[in-house]
Amino acid sequence: MTHVDITVTVNGATRSGAPEARKTLADFLREDLELTGTHLGCEHGVCGACTVIVDGRAVRSCLMLAVQANGSEVTTVEGLAADGEMGPLQQALWDSHGFQCGFCTPGFLMQATALLEANPDAEEPAIREALSGNICRCTGYQSIIDGVLLAAERIRQG
Amino acid sequence: MKLPPFEYAAPTTVADAVALLAEHQDEASVLAGGQSLIPLLALRLARPSVLIDINGVDELAGISATDGKVAVGAMTREYAAEESKTLGENVPLLAAALPFIGHEAIRSRGTIGGSLAHADPAGELPAVARALDGEFVVRSASGERVVGADEWFEGYLTTARQPDELLVEVRLPAASAGTGVAFDEVARRHGDFAIVGLAASLTVSDGVISDARLAFAGAADVPVRATEAEQLLVGQQPAAALFEEAAQRAAASLDPPADLHGSADYRKRIAATLVRRALQAAAQDAGGKR
Repeated sequence: MTHVDITVTVNGATRSGAPEARKTLADFLREDLELTGTHLGCEHGVCGACTVIVDGRAVRSCLMLAVQANGSEVTTVEGLAADGEMGPLQQALWDSHGFQCGFCTPGFLMQATALLEANPDAEEPAIREALSGNICRCTGYQSIIDGVLLAAERIRQG
Repeated sequence: MKLPPFEYAAPTTVADAVALLAEHQDEASVLAGGQSLIPLLALRLARPSVLIDINGVDELAGISATDGKVAVGAMTREYAAEESKTLGENVPLLAAALPFIGHEAIRSRGTIGGSLAHADPAGELPAVARALDGEFVVRSASGERVVGADEWFEGYLTTARQPDELLVEVRLPAASAGTGVAFDEVARRHGDFAIVGLAASLTVSDGVISDARLAFAGAADVPVRATEAEQLLVGQQPAAALFEEAAQRAAASLDPPADLHGSADYRKRIAATLVRRALQAAAQDAGGKR
């Protein structure tokens, strides 16, 4: 087995490890760093549940090797809440009843975070487009879209 | 699903990458963006003994325009291509196709070269490369050669790349004045693989079509040109009746596969509809540029 030493900045903290080369970033986050907020659904790039932000862009952490994140900055769902308080996107989705079972939630949150960082004025078509790669089997999506719209509005108003 | 075990190599130069390919030949797989290869590994449809990760080969990423051509480095990520002004201005057909590829998170990692080397016949980029007669630059330890798009796509997920060769660049012609383009596809959801897709380019000079290019995705085991329809269009003035005739000829020339997403007949009907729509859009686009 090839193990590779890596150092990754995760949610602002420097984390090191020596994963096997074949280990995905998702498994490295969950198993080696014990950050189990990142969920794994399909594990082959279809469902979007494992979406995290790497160097400012949303990526599927099941389609990236941990060794490829060496030297990168990664943000996971654990990075959205500060001091036990939900971030504005999380709060807005809570207020909009954006989720039921919650399995897909971390992926939606990270994809929406990347969208609102790149485009704080995103309107519904852009939100739908950005979230089109994430699957939710409970909500029918409307309440998730509503939550992201509410978050965008609150962020704009400061 | 855990990926099967493999030896991992991360070269930082093309020279090192091709040396590794020379050593390991078809025992090795090249990892670019990983958006197709990693699922293949997860599902055990690919079992390479060595994975050559070219993400650290900086010389493979970038877009440059010279002599009427645009050279796109194999490791250029799809989102970077989407954001490239050079590409948008010079190869509008590629720019039009990029938003149809997967979803945003896929395009964050996926690469132009990776998609073209993977050669999924339903993929958007293979159809664009075929429509524009792109040139594929491959390098091995013994040198470099250039393969035309008509010879690059050999079959389902199969290209003219030899086991010791690395795709380093694809060259696409810059659109000439009066060229209008359109990319369109029908899929179950936006971002899914196309049931049928179409890359279309029309060049109109003095009111007459001087160049027509139509390439289908999802209509065969390789991207295919609708040669008869193209020949019909050249020399004519853009008109709805002409586009209808081209649509019928293009669809008649296809022998598409049938699967659970659609029968062969359904694919032919989609193909005709796409030709009609895309030619209309491309003609309008060309008109807007005169």
